[in-house]
Amino acid sequence: MKKIQSREELNELSKKFAEAIKNEPVRILVCAGTGCQASGSLKVWEKMCELAKDTEISVEFAPEIAHDKNQVAVHKSGCLGFCEQGPLVRIEPLGALYTKVKPEDCEEIFATTIKKHEVLHRLLYKNKITGEECFNQSEIPFYKGQTRVVLKTCGTIAPESIEEAIAVGEYQALAKALFSMTGDEVIKTVLDSKLRGRGGGGFVAGKKWQQVAGQPEKIRYVVCNGDEGDPGAFMDCSIMEGDPHRMIEGMIIAAYAVGAQEGYIYVRAEYPLAVKRLSLAIKQATEYGLLGENILGSGFNFKLNINRGAGAFVCGEGSALTASIEGKRGMPRVKPPRTVEQGLFGKPTVLNNVETYANVPEIILRGADWYKTIGTSDSPGTKTFALTGAVRNTGLVEVPFGITPREIIFNIGGGIRGDKKFKAVQIGGPSGGCLTEKQLDEPLDFDSVKKLGVIVGSGGLVVMDEDTCMVEVARFFMEFTHRESCGKCVPCREGTLRMLEILERIVAGQGRLEDIEELRTLADLIIHTALCGLGKSAPLPVVSTLNSFPEEYLAHIQDKKCPAHVCQKLKQYIIDPAKCKSCSKCARGCPVQAISGERGVPYKIDQAKCIKCGACIAACPFKAIYIA
Amino acid sequence: MLAPSFYTKTDEILSHYPAQERSLIPIIHEVQETYNYVPVELLPYIAKHIGITETKAYSVASFYERFSFEPKGKFIIRVCDGTACHVRHSLPVLERLRSELGLSDKKHTTDDMLFTVETVSCLGACSLAPALMVNEHVHPAMTPEKATELIKELREEAKNA
Repeated sequence: MKKIQSREELNELSKKFAEAIKNEPVRILVCAGTGCQASGSLKVWEKMCELAKDTEISVEFAPEIAHDKNQVAVHKSGCLGFCEQGPLVRIEPLGALYTKVKPEDCEEIFATTIKKHEVLHRLLYKNKITGEECFNQSEIPFYKGQTRVVLKTCGTIAPESIEEAIAVGEYQALAKALFSMTGDEVIKTVLDSKLRGRGGGGFVAGKKWQQVAGQPEKIRYVVCNGDEGDPGAFMDCSIMEGDPHRMIEGMIIAAYAVGAQEGYIYVRAEYPLAVKRLSLAIKQATEYGLLGENILGSGFNFKLNINRGAGAFVCGEGSALTASIEGKRGMPRVKPPRTVEQGLFGKPTVLNNVETYANVPEIILRGADWYKTIGTSDSPGTKTFALTGAVRNTGLVEVPFGITPREIIFNIGGGIRGDKKFKAVQIGGPSGGCLTEKQLDEPLDFDSVKKLGVIVGSGGLVVMDEDTCMVEVARFFMEFTHRESCGKCVPCREGTLRMLEILERIVAGQGRLEDIEELRTLADLIIHTALCGLGKSAPLPVVSTLNSFPEEYLAHIQDKKCPAHVCQKLKQYIIDPAKCKSCSKCARGCPVQAISGERGVPYKIDQAKCIKCGACIAACPFKAIYIA
Repeated sequence: MLAPSFYTKTDEILSHYPAQERSLIPIIHEVQETYNYVPVELLPYIAKHIGITETKAYSVASFYERFSFEPKGKFIIRVCDGTACHVRHSLPVLERLRSELGLSDKKHTTDDMLFTVETVSCLGACSLAPALMVNEHVHPAMTPEKATELIKELREEAKNA
C-alpha cells in the first residue's frame, strides 16, 4: 500500500473510490451491527455472497479493479439502527430497505430486485398505524424524526473498508485541519461550535482541548473513552462498529490541535466486534499514511493504540480509565490535578468519548456556525440514544437536542409495545433518573433535563410501561452501582450497600415507613461526599423514583403490595375454589407445608408460610392456582 | 505447580508485549483467552517479567470482573442483566439456565466443564432484549423455553465436536 503523501493525493483517491462505488450497478448492504448479527444477518450475507458468485459477479469492494456492467457488490454495513426489524438489507441504487430478511428470502431478492429491479413488497416495512408500505428509509417514521450527523454514513458504507470511508469524504476534515488551519484555529472552531462531551457530563470539549494545549509539558495524550458501561446503552458500540474511521479521524484532529503524539482507545471487552473493526481501521489508516509518521506528508506524527477494558464500570470515570491503561486497578483518584493537567502517565490528556470525537470532523469541515444551526443554543448538535425497553421500535436513534422525549418515544419509537400504558422513561442509566408522563414535553438538552433532576448521560433511554415496578427498578440500579463500586471511598462502598439493603427490604414486603427518610438521608450523604462521579450519582435513580412515584414505595411498605405485580415476594398464590378438585397434589408438592385442606373442600394457601416458589402451580392438574 | 507447558505458552504470550507495567492487563487478557481462565500461579511469573510486584499483579487481576481464577466451561453463557434486558424479563431466562444445569449464583460451572453461566451488565444488544452471549455469539429475544432449547443444541454440538 502506498502512503498518501498530500492533500491532493487524498482528494484524487477519494474521487477514484467514489467512482468505483458508483460503478457498482447493484450494491447490497447487509447490516452487520451487533443487533442484526444476533438476528442472523451473517447467514443472510453468506447467502447473498453465494448467489452473487453464481451470477458471475464480484463480491468484495475492489477499487483497483474496473467493474463490469453485471457486477453485484455485497457488503457488510454498520448498524442501521432499526434493530427491532433486523436483519436489515439495503439495496442500492434502488434505495429499498428490506426488513427481517432471512437466508431463504435471498433467492427471491435476486430474482426480483437484483435482476428485474422490482420491489419485493413482502419484505418492506409496513407503517404500524396507516399500514402503508415504506419503500426506503426516509419513508419509515422511525427514521423521519431523526437528524443524522454522527451516524451519517453508519449503515451506508462497509465499516471494514477504509476505501469506502475515504470515498464518502472521511479524512477530508483531517486534511483541512492539517493543511489550512493551525492547532489553535482547530481549538477555536471546536470551542465556537460549543460541542459538549457526549459521555454524560456535557463539559465543553473545546475547553478541555484548550487547557491541554496550554500546559507546559510537551508530551501529551489523546484518549477515547469507549468503555460504554451504562446498562441499556449501545450508541458508542454502534459508532465504533459501524463507522470507526469517523471517530479515529476526530481523535487525530484532536491530537493535532493539542500537539499530542500518541493516543489510546479504551474499549469494553464485551464489544468484540468493535475491537476487531477498530483494530482493522487503525491498521488500514496506518497503511494509507493517515496515522503514524508524517501524516499525509504534513510532518505531523500520531500513533493510536487500543486497550481493552476488563469489565469494570468505574473505568468510565476519567482517572480510573487512565489508571487502567497504565496497567493498574481502575480506581478514581482525588482531583485536582485534573486529567487535562496530569492524566495518562501523568501527562496532559484530552479525554473524550466516542460520540464526541465522531462529531469533530463535520464541525471542522462545515464550520461552527453550521453546527450551531442544529439543536439548541446551549446544547448544539445532535445526540444518539439507544431506545429500548417497552417501546415498539427499539434501536439506535440520533436526534437534535431540544427534541421532546414524547417525540422520541411516540413518533420515532412508535409508542408503547402491546398498547400498554406509558409509565416512565429512564434516562442516564445508573447515574440518571426517570421522566414521567408530565415531563414528556420538556425539551431534551443538557441543561433542561438537569432542572428535572436527571441527566442526559451517555444516551440510554429505557422506556417502561405499566408492568414495571419503579421500586424494583431503583433496587436494580442500586445493586448495579453497589456491585460496580470500586471500594476506594467509604460513602460509595458502604453507602450504596446500606441503600441496597433498605430497597431489598422494601421489595420483599418488609419495609418500614422510616425507610423512605433513611434512603433520602443516605442519598444526600453519598451525593455530597463520594469521591467520583459514579458514587456521586449512584443514589439518583432512587431519589428520582422517590420523587416521581412515592405512592409505589408506600404501597410496598404499608399495603405490602406491588402495584405492577412484579415483586416476587409480594405476589400472592391463590387457589380458585371454583376450579379446585381438592386432589391434594398441591399440598403434597409444597415444600413448606403451606397448603392445607380436606376432601371435598377447596384447598387453601397459608400466605404467612408460602415462599412463592411456584411448586403448587406446577403440581396442579386443573390450573386452579393463580398469582394475584 | 503448573505443568511446564504453561510457562512455555506464557513466555510466548509475554513476547507479544513490551516488558512494562502497562502490558499487564493485555497479557492477562491473552492468558485468559488461551486457558479460559487465569491460572493464579502464573501471576508471579508475569509480574517478575514485567517488573512489578506479585501483590500488584494479583490486585489488578482480582479487581476486574472479567478475569477469573476459576476454570470455566467450554461454553460460557453470559446472560445480560442490563436495564433493557431486566425490564424485558431476563431473570426467568437465567433461572431456567441454572435449573437446567444445576447451577446457582454460587456455582457457575458444571462439573463436566461444559457450561459456565454468568450475568453481565450489558451486551449492547439492548434492542433485542433479553439477550445472552454464548462465547462470542449473541442470542437475541430469549425466553426460558429458548434457553432450554439452547442447552440441548450446545450439548449436541459438544457431542459432535
